[in-house]
Amino acid sequence: MDRRTFLKSGLIGCSAAASPLMTPITLASAPWEGRLVVIILRGALDGLDAVRPWGDPDFVPLRGELLGRDPDQHAIGNFFGLHPGLAGLVPMWEAGELVVAHAVSTPYRDKRSHFDGQALLEAGNGGDPFQISRDGWLNRLLQIAPDVETRTAFAVGRDRLHILAGPGPHATWSPNTALRLSPQGAQLLELIYHDDPLFRDAALQAMDIIEGIEMAPALDDDTMEDMEMMATPSGPTGRVTGEVARFVVEQLRLDTRIASFSINGWDTHARQGPQITRKLEELSRTLQLMKAGLGPVWGDTAVLVMTEFGRTARVNGTKGTDHGTGGVMFAAGGAVRGGQSYGRWPGLGEADLYQGRDLMPVRDIRAYAGSAMRALFGTSVDDIEKVIFPGLDMGADPGILR
Amino acid sequence: MAFDPLIAVHRFGLGPSPVLAPPRDPSELIDEATVRDPFARSHPILTTKELVALDAAYRDRRGQVRKAEGQAAKDAAREAARQVSTQARDRAFQDFRALLVRHVGRPYGLSERLVSFWTDHFTAVGSGGISQYATAAYSNDAIRPHIMGRFADMARAVLRSPLMLNYLDQVLSTGPNSRIGQRRKGRGLNENLAREFLELHTLGVDGPYSQDDVRQLAALLTGLSLERGKGFVFRPGIVEPGAERVLDRLYGGDTLEAIDAVVDDLALHPETARHLARKMAVHFVSDTPDEGLVRHISSRYLASDGDLAVATAALLEHPAAWDPVRRNVKWPIDYISSSFRALGLEAAQVETAGLKDVRTLAVTPLSRMGQPWRRPPDPAGWEEEDTSWVTPQAVAERVNWAMRAPVRLTAELPDPRELLALIAGDTAPPELRFAVDAAQNRQEGVGLVLASPSFQRR
Repeated sequence: MDRRTFLKSGLIGCSAAASPLMTPITLASAPWEGRLVVIILRGALDGLDAVRPWGDPDFVPLRGELLGRDPDQHAIGNFFGLHPGLAGLVPMWEAGELVVAHAVSTPYRDKRSHFDGQALLEAGNGGDPFQISRDGWLNRLLQIAPDVETRTAFAVGRDRLHILAGPGPHATWSPNTALRLSPQGAQLLELIYHDDPLFRDAALQAMDIIEGIEMAPALDDDTMEDMEMMATPSGPTGRVTGEVARFVVEQLRLDTRIASFSINGWDTHARQGPQITRKLEELSRTLQLMKAGLGPVWGDTAVLVMTEFGRTARVNGTKGTDHGTGGVMFAAGGAVRGGQSYGRWPGLGEADLYQGRDLMPVRDIRAYAGSAMRALFGTSVDDIEKVIFPGLDMGADPGILR
Repeated sequence: MAFDPLIAVHRFGLGPSPVLAPPRDPSELIDEATVRDPFARSHPILTTKELVALDAAYRDRRGQVRKAEGQAAKDAAREAARQVSTQARDRAFQDFRALLVRHVGRPYGLSERLVSFWTDHFTAVGSGGISQYATAAYSNDAIRPHIMGRFADMARAVLRSPLMLNYLDQVLSTGPNSRIGQRRKGRGLNENLAREFLELHTLGVDGPYSQDDVRQLAALLTGLSLERGKGFVFRPGIVEPGAERVLDRLYGGDTLEAIDAVVDDLALHPETARHLARKMAVHFVSDTPDEGLVRHISSRYLASDGDLAVATAALLEHPAAWDPVRRNVKWPIDYISSSFRALGLEAAQVETAGLKDVRTLAVTPLSRMGQPWRRPPDPAGWEEEDTSWVTPQAVAERVNWAMRAPVRLTAELPDPRELLALIAGDTAPPELRFAVDAAQNRQEGVGLVLASPSFQRR
């Protein structure tokens, strides 16, 4: 449906001038130029497979079974190489727009439950025993940031995104949502919602968003074409992720500055090879789609890709890996200081592994997210350590953004 | 502010139906919730015992997969395991349909509202394997029998439920000085259930307990455990020896009776009474409830030694419960079942629906409206604040539901004006009356009524 139809209705007792529905949609100003996107990979991405430490002599003996036949190591730097499913990101690395931080983790340890791991990743708390706050860390950023509006931040897709939950203003939307009403039905809906601000404002925002999607004014044909080429990852989840990413791109080109969405399906306990290849291709295409779609604002953008924890260093009996500890994080975008990997490599020898089984985490993943917020939004270390990530000791800023 | 049949069925039930008479007084609501579930025989819900058996069968077959030699044997074993999980999943859909039958078939719906409220109070979620399908059995066996009984009995049943013992990690908790704890290093106390029991289930987050109480209660709860094929067991071998002190009272004996004793004491703590009373008032009446209403429920609860029938009656007898302004926005599950009822659906129509229809007409819309079936976000359960439910996405989905679902649900749509009279009586706002008259067809008229705040607020 068309929001203007909704607005034009001059039905009994609600003159246009008095109607709070007349708020213009795109006059809003954004608090910053920087754009932050957080993609959550649910199910625990195997970091050792996604970003392979070819330079470590213990790597091939541990992981030979999963390495496949691709002779190309898709080298990024002289120590790591990307999984063949991520080969499409090598040019992004070479352009200095892709960061890899290996051996990272949240403060979560030992129980290795997806449920708790994701909850802690999104809540952003620390502490022992850890507590999971009801609001998410991106929401706490919005709670303290000046001049944020509902559309400053978007939680996108069907999954619940705890990372944005809380009292800070934000919008949630699933891009294939439509509002199927006749023009007259829309007018009548306005009428019956007119005196109920909660329903009225929510309906207004829904129409705003839908109109934004339908008009999609910002993208020129070339950009659209570039995106179309990128946007066809295989399988049903690929299609949905493509829709979500396109929606995020459109919003980020308008007033939105923060967005988060998830990609599911990383829990590779058995026959990991084919599954992770499909998923990594989906991730790779998603990042390329965002670069193509964001065009001029890609330079202001950082996309953080995080997962709840890594997986076991060894391959299990079913050609898969089980829940582990240290994992990998990516940051992509024109705003990142890319073409390099961050963090110390802990090694893969028996004694190097956490509890003799998992990649040892060497840095709190929150420090990297904090680093991105400092650079993009000027957030203070004090706010990061006390409000956004309570209990985090930032230490030296890893400086992953330009 | 006094009893009103329309308010009664909206606020405390699942909404009016053209084929069911509204209650004449509060005692009719109470009676409905007190009688034994009339659908228990005709529409049985999977029992915990059956669930435990399915779980054991599934685990055994998964074990066969690991043991099988060779690809063909592995595939065959995997298929055998898959059959069990498919069976459990289909059964879960049937159970959900059986719940909808109750939502539509109970005369007012207070009974089902109480089941849903207390199930949410003791939120437990399954993850993976067969446990993801365990919600219906949990709710039906641990909660439903006690909605008009003693709160302490409900809590005791919850602490013996496989779903809860798994969800809040009690199965991982071992007394460090117990026989097993001494033998197997690396096992110890897990505080999760103890903490949530104090914070969410009894005293409330602002209650008078300390970290020491949490620790002591965790030590006291050791022994609550599960056994494959059997379900709940009390294992003396993992019990932390010695007495524990919780809220300045000692519980000794290292027995299940000691655990029941602390549950009884916590259930009758004044802070628990207040916490439960406030939660009931928020859930049924308003996000910002009248303090007098909260005090009344709380004091009746305490005076009756924690009787939920008395607390429920206290809620219904207080004038603030009958505020003519309808405030709370329905949860999606209630929005959907109250739409069924308003459209005149009867239990017989719901029970013959195919599982595919259950999926497209209830499971998927619930998820789109933000309340995915059997997956509340955390141990605190679904949000109570109306603002959590009236988001742009959720409103769009509710409007779509109102406009599109009714024609799929019933062969003959009601006259929108009659529907309006049914749900609003003589309290319909003039704008809504106008809109219903102005709608271009029956479908749009019905959609507007169901999308209106008059139907969505209770």
